[in-house]
Amino acid sequence: MSNQALPPFQQLLDLHSEDVWRALRAIVGAQAAEDCFQETFLAALRAYPRLRPDSSPRAWLLTIAHNKAIDHLRRSRRLEQELDERAVSEDEPGPDAEIWSAVAALPQRQRAAVALRYVGDLSHREIAAAIGCSEEASRRSLHEGLATLRRQL
Amino acid sequence: MSDPIERALRAPVPDAHDAARRFADRAAAEHAADFAYSTFASPIGELLLIAGRDGLTQMHYLDDPLEPLLERLASERSPRIVESASALDRWRRELDEYFAGARRQFEAPLDWAAMAPFQRAILTATAAIPYGATSTYTGVASAAGRPRAQRAAGNALGANPLAIIVPCHRVLRTGGAFGGYTGGLERKHFLLELEGAQPPRLPAR
Repeated sequence: MSNQALPPFQQLLDLHSEDVWRALRAIVGAQAAEDCFQETFLAALRAYPRLRPDSSPRAWLLTIAHNKAIDHLRRSRRLEQELDERAVSEDEPGPDAEIWSAVAALPQRQRAAVALRYVGDLSHREIAAAIGCSEEASRRSLHEGLATLRRQL
Repeated sequence: MSDPIERALRAPVPDAHDAARRFADRAAAEHAADFAYSTFASPIGELLLIAGRDGLTQMHYLDDPLEPLLERLASERSPRIVESASALDRWRRELDEYFAGARRQFEAPLDWAAMAPFQRAILTATAAIPYGATSTYTGVASAAGRPRAQRAAGNALGANPLAIIVPCHRVLRTGGAFGGYTGGLERKHFLLELEGAQPPRLPAR
């Protein structure tokens, strides 16, 4: 476990910040994405020297992002905010706002599966590891999520 | 990929770039990152500046790509490295003033920790050469307490990690010849002229 092969952290930012941002926006909505993004990369930076050089930094970052997103959702649920309503109403209008509103309205696990698959390009095995479910369940969540999106858009 | 839903999900997001920059600036300011780097466009070419918690640790002419320099820093000291212009503001401001002829001495902190003792002694002696003056390899070696080590002194100066700020351009060969310069003799000439030090004539090319 040496630092030998770890590139400068900036390289992870350059290569993966867009995917992390999109995954977060899909899971927590545009408003909360900034905070979750900052928390994700701060946690990653702290843990970075211990990352095994042969592991996938992108899957690692997206797993951290998913955990930060779930923390955020738990916190805001505790504040009794209506998740769907908040994420939908506060999304900035834009050419793709519609799809993100629709994604934000999906149940949590489907939302995470869609985000990690299409935004993060993670495999079902990596998604299952990030969400903490079986590969079969991650596959099912993804199908259900996409089916809902297709019906709505 | 032709599915419009999948396309929309993968469309680029402009906000991510700003969020990444905000993160890097904050990580550098709060020292969650061990090193921050930035570039500076000087009249003699682009410079790479790297600072850690204790001060500026490297400044190089960016004639080559910066990746190998950063990768070496990552493996030798820490991979927690981010790009942040604001983290290098103090040094960039001083460089602006220096190149405008309005600053004769650099004051923002320097980090000497990564230098070997001999190099550190040579560069400390070099840092004491006043603006507008020059010294020799022998003079610097003597000032460092190693009068016979003039050749080693030349090597230590050639590997100066703090170009310009530690003024190795002020060291000439005994008798007034230019000696060497890692950034090239034209830059050495430019810097000495800027400081009003009557540089030797550049060799014909």
